[in-house]
Amino acid sequence: MPEAAPKEMLRISGLHAFYGESHILHGIDLVVGEGELVTLLGRNGAGRTTILKSIIGLVGSRSGSITVHGTETINLPTHKIAHLGIGYCPEERGIFSSLTVEENLMLPVVVRKGGLSLPEIYDMFPNLLERRTSMGTRLSGGEQQMLAMARILRTGANLLLLDEITEGLAPVIVQTLRQLMGQLKERGFTIILVEQNFHFAADLADRHYVIDRGTIADMITRDQLSASTGKLNQYLGV
Amino acid sequence: MGMSVQTVLSQVMLGLNNGVFYAILSLGLAVIFGLLNIVNFVHGALYMLGAYVALLGFTMLGPLLGKPDFHLNYWAALIVAPLVVGALGVLIEKTMLRRLRKFDHLYGLLLTFGLALIIQGVFTNYFNVSGDAYDGKPESLSGVVDLGFMLFPKYRVWVIGISLAVCFGTWFVIERTKLGSYLRAGTENPELVKAFGINVPLMITLTYGFGVGLAAFAGVLAAPIYSVSPVMGSEMIITVFAVVVIGGMGSIMGSILTGLLLGMVEGFTKVVYAPASSTVIFLIMVLVLLVKPAGLFGKEA
Ligand SMILES: Nc1ncnc2c1ncn2[C@@H]1O[C@H](COP(=O)(O)OP(=O)(O)OP(=O)(O)O)[C@@H](O)[C@H]1O
Ligand SMILES: [Mg+2]
Repeated sequence: MPEAAPKEMLRISGLHAFYGESHILHGIDLVVGEGELVTLLGRNGAGRTTILKSIIGLVGSRSGSITVHGTETINLPTHKIAHLGIGYCPEERGIFSSLTVEENLMLPVVVRKGGLSLPEIYDMFPNLLERRTSMGTRLSGGEQQMLAMARILRTGANLLLLDEITEGLAPVIVQTLRQLMGQLKERGFTIILVEQNFHFAADLADRHYVIDRGTIADMITRDQLSASTGKLNQYLGV
Repeated sequence: MGMSVQTVLSQVMLGLNNGVFYAILSLGLAVIFGLLNIVNFVHGALYMLGAYVALLGFTMLGPLLGKPDFHLNYWAALIVAPLVVGALGVLIEKTMLRRLRKFDHLYGLLLTFGLALIIQGVFTNYFNVSGDAYDGKPESLSGVVDLGFMLFPKYRVWVIGISLAVCFGTWFVIERTKLGSYLRAGTENPELVKAFGINVPLMITLTYGFGVGLAAFAGVLAAPIYSVSPVMGSEMIITVFAVVVIGGMGSIMGSILTGLLLGMVEGFTKVVYAPASSTVIFLIMVLVLLVKPAGLFGKEA
């Protein structure tokens, strides 16, 4: 059943991205509506991380157009893009080893009202409360991942860019993260999830984009997913 | 060899007096290196510039303004010199260092080395290489204090006290406050800090300004002790770089402690075998490089 199209949160058109001389993204077009969850799938080196980094302005250079809440960001510096309400969880989590857990939590600047308060966060992630004075990288991989998620929920960001958050984690923690994704989606967060495969977010994602050599090779909606499993596995080389 | 406890203690005190200069200067270098990843070779010249702001503020500023009776006093110089030199640092960072950021760190090193030569050259051209005395030392800091084992100039007690306060104050801000957490995070991963909404380029500019401001502060403290000369910076900075190598780049507390310690080692060497006192630091540097190349407080790569 077709639902009313949600308001537009992010629109990428004709995006090219470069690291120095290497041309990595070759014309990406995609639109994400408010409250949607989409995944970027692909093999290693396909360019999924580069798409997220382009959105937040961390690639060498980029051209084309990226609007967030209708604001053109292609010429904005990274810190200003973040202030439009973007929360970024990088590959390998990016926990700072010279900062305590709580300093890591408090580092990102609050960009809008409505973020979680510190008590709410500790309520949601009790482990972090216990370890709040430990140095960030003393935490276990799973705890670090929770910390990386928690710190962007504090800022009030409502567009979350999450890069392989399940990588290398035990199944039970992956399960916790999946529940968290569900909660966040219910609360109205817009989420772009980079994953190796579609299983993690199969029930949650509105759409899956298959990235291949810097382009969007295919797009699969939730309804088409079960019919497209074979095709997807072929794309992803599983 | 008459080596009474008293002589040793007094030389160590004098050594500590040098040590606090090493500490402030290597602290500034460490802060700058942490965030900008450049070895700031112009540090010594800016220390010298700080001393000249105090000297010229005292002697020439009044006449220049048409008020011959006006002297920029010592206390004012302690504030004005770091601000003036800090502002110059901001200018250097914004107009020059920033453009080099995407290139190899070697370029930053060459640029700051060149700047040091230019500043020192200009001052050598206009001022006395053998140095000028600074007469602005406040009356309240003249005289001596009885430390029990020796009479020590009051001014030097002040220099040691205020320098320790500035060093440990800086350490506290960097390691224990929210502002400091931005700096530490920026040192680790500046890109991610930008993605968290923080204006990292501005932070880098201000950090550079602060680091060289510290050097100017040390320059003002030095003015009443050493004669103010165009080469005071290049003489001092050679030892400071040895201190930095021994301590290891990157650790704030490490740079402070190494500076203090080596000043005292230098003082102690004066008692044991005076001719070695100017080389002992370099000897230690060689030994440290052989045994622990990353430095005493440095993280192994
Ligand atoms: N900093 C960089 N400089 C130069 N090339 C880069 C840089 N980062 C990534 N690349 C190249 O860009 C391409 C896309 O990389 P990207 O990190 O976006 O892939 P990915 O889809 O996230 O894959 P994965 O994370 O599984 O390796 C790769 O060919 C990679 O080698
Ligand atoms: Mg990636």
